[in-house]
Parts: sequence; structure tokens; C-alpha cells
Amino acid sequence: MKRLIKEFTKGIIIENPTFGLVLGLCPTLAVSTSVKNAIGMGLAATFVLVCSNVIISSVRKVIPSQIRIPCFIVIIATFVTIVEMLMKAYFPALNASLGIFVSLIVVNCIVLGRAEAFACKRPVLPSFFDGLGMGTGFTLALVIIASIREVLGAGKFLGFHLIKGFEPVGVMVLAPGALLTLGLLIGLVNCWHIRKKTNKEIKKAGCDGCR
Amino acid sequence: MDAGKFIAIIISTVFINNFILSKFLGLCPFIGVSKETKPAVSMGLAVTFVTTMSSLITWLVYRWLLFPFGITYLRTISFILVIASFVQLVEMVIRKLFPHLYRAFGIYLPLITVNCAVLGVAVLNSQDFFVNGQPVAGSFWLSLAQGFFAGIGYLLAMLLMSGIRERLELQDAPRCLSGVPLAFIVASLMSLAFMGFSGFKF
Repeated sequence: MKRLIKEFTKGIIIENPTFGLVLGLCPTLAVSTSVKNAIGMGLAATFVLVCSNVIISSVRKVIPSQIRIPCFIVIIATFVTIVEMLMKAYFPALNASLGIFVSLIVVNCIVLGRAEAFACKRPVLPSFFDGLGMGTGFTLALVIIASIREVLGAGKFLGFHLIKGFEPVGVMVLAPGALLTLGLLIGLVNCWHIRKKTNKEIKKAGCDGCR
Repeated sequence: MDAGKFIAIIISTVFINNFILSKFLGLCPFIGVSKETKPAVSMGLAVTFVTTMSSLITWLVYRWLLFPFGITYLRTISFILVIASFVQLVEMVIRKLFPHLYRAFGIYLPLITVNCAVLGVAVLNSQDFFVNGQPVAGSFWLSLAQGFFAGIGYLLAMLLMSGIRERLELQDAPRCLSGVPLAFIVASLMSLAFMGFSGFKF
């Protein structure tokens, strides 16, 4: 049980797909214009991740390793099609604002990456939790980026106006704002890693380290 | 078919709606491969070739296979399969007939399968140039043009980015920003510059 929880939590912080592994950037940047879109995209990707991880790990012994990538792609594409059709039927507005990025979950490196690196080697249950954790981490990253962009670029959060008389910085919801936000956030994460590492080194070396 | 429509597509896909800088398609190789000019240009050329050919093939598949049988909901699966097998085929043909070119493309050719720019072009073509199941006038040539010039736009952005990053290597950057974060900030400034083109409205 403890190991399963570890599989789940590692995707959220340590191996966060967006900030830690820098994977699946295209949808991250394109749909993070508003928190609503971010949550929709995150949930769709999580669904695909969990389902494809479970199916791939349950048929991992049947698939010959030479043609595993095409097999993975077919399995992933099936779930993407399911998501596409469900979204078109029940959330037409969300589907319109996410645009082609719903079908592009197929080529999202996170999904194929987890299939290749995790699900094709491990049993079903860990794969399920791995998919869930990675999906949650992806959703979280999307929501963080989207909230920065929505608050600065439109003065809103989840569609509600926040500050009266605040002149929104329109460029933040456009393409340049997305790239800038992600660049600075990754910089921040790096900064945190570097600081942790140097602190460790100082502790290890003790007072002699300074001499 | 008129020439004006083509020119509009050319300018809009290369500059206004540049695939990398304003549509965010194919960002992973854009950040990953743009450290030096030479591989960046090879990658751009490979992408151009594959987007052009895959728009041709997916147009044919969409028009003559998915529509007549009423299975357009299989668009995503069929497109990604066609693209993946096409890339595999191209790799084999190039390795056999043009070993020089094969060495220049290197590992970038197989990587293109999971480049969202390629699938993105195919999906956009099927959205833009088909109205209610019927292809618009000159739809085939328009899709081909969109595929080719999307690749050219990709090449342009790769070339500019790699030129800038080659120079950045020599600069003294803050430790936590050097590498990927700085690449994103540069891309953001470039995208800001490309926004200037949106003044051309057709």
C-alpha cells in the first residue's frame, strides 16, 4: 500500500511532468489561458493516462517489443477518441475552447512516455496509481500556469472578476505570456533545487567546507 | 481556386499563425533540438517534408475513406496511424536510397511521429477545408499549401531560435535560468515580435 501511495505522489511533486520532466508542453501552453480550460484539459489527459496505463500494463506480455510503440499509440488513440466524443456530447463549449488540443492528447509525450517507461514493465495496480499521479501533477501544473495567466491577463479567476479598476495585461493570455510564465516557473523550480543542493553540500562539509 | 487565397494561407501559416510561436504545436523539439543551428535546420527540413506529405495522405484518407463510410469519428486514430507508418516508410526509403540525407536527419526523423505539428496540420486541414463533409473549392491544394508552409514556418522559427541560443551559450546567465528557462523567455520575446505580423489581416 505504501508503495502504491509513493507511485501516486511522485508524479505530483518530484517527477512533475511539466516542471520536473518538461514533457507535454504544447497543450500546457495552449490551453492555459483560463483556469476552466486548464481543469478540463487536465481531467481529459488524466482519464487517458489512467486508462491507457491500465490497459497497456495488462496486455504488456502479449505485445511483441518490436511493434510496441504502434500498439501503444492505437490504445491511447482509442481513449482519446472516447474523450473527444464524450466532450463533444456533454461539454460542447469546453470542446470548442480546447479546439484541436483534445485530439492532440494522442501525441502528448506524457502519455506515451509513461506507457514506455512505466506501464509496459509493471503490474496493473502500480500503473493505475502512476497514471493517476502523473495526471494529477499535470492538472496541477496546468492550473498553476492558468491561474497566473488568467489573473494577470484578464483580471479574473475561474471567470469571476477579482480586483476593481485593475487594467489587465492582455499579452499574458496570448502566446508570449504563456512562454514567459512557463520559463519563469521552471526557473523558480530550478532555483529551489539548486538551493536545496547547496544547503546539503554546506551541511555535509560542515565548517571545514568554507576553509 | 484563386491566387489570393493561397497567398493568404502562406502569410498566415508562416508569420501570423506560426505553428510554434502562436499555436504552440511542436514545442518539445523546438526547445530540445534548438541548441545548435545545424541540427535545428535538419529538424526543420524533416518536419517540412513530413507535414507536406502527411497533409497529402491524410486528405486522401479523410476524403475517400472516412467520409464515404461515415466514420469520421475515427479521424484521430486513422491519422496518427497513417502518419506513424508513413514516417517509418520514409525512414526506410531514405536509409536505402539517400544515406547522406539519412545521416543528416539522424534521430530526428523517427521523433517526428510524436511531433504534434504533424498531426496538428492534418487535423486543422480536415477542419478548415471541409464544410459539412464536402471539400471546399481547391481543398486539396489548399491543404497541401498549409502543410508545406506550416513546415516552412517551423523551419524559420527553429533557425531564428537556434541562432539566438548559440549566442546565449557564451553569455553569463543566472544559474537557475540558464538552459531551458532562458529558452522559453527568448521564445516569448520572439513570439511577441511575431505578433507584429497580425497587423496583416486578410
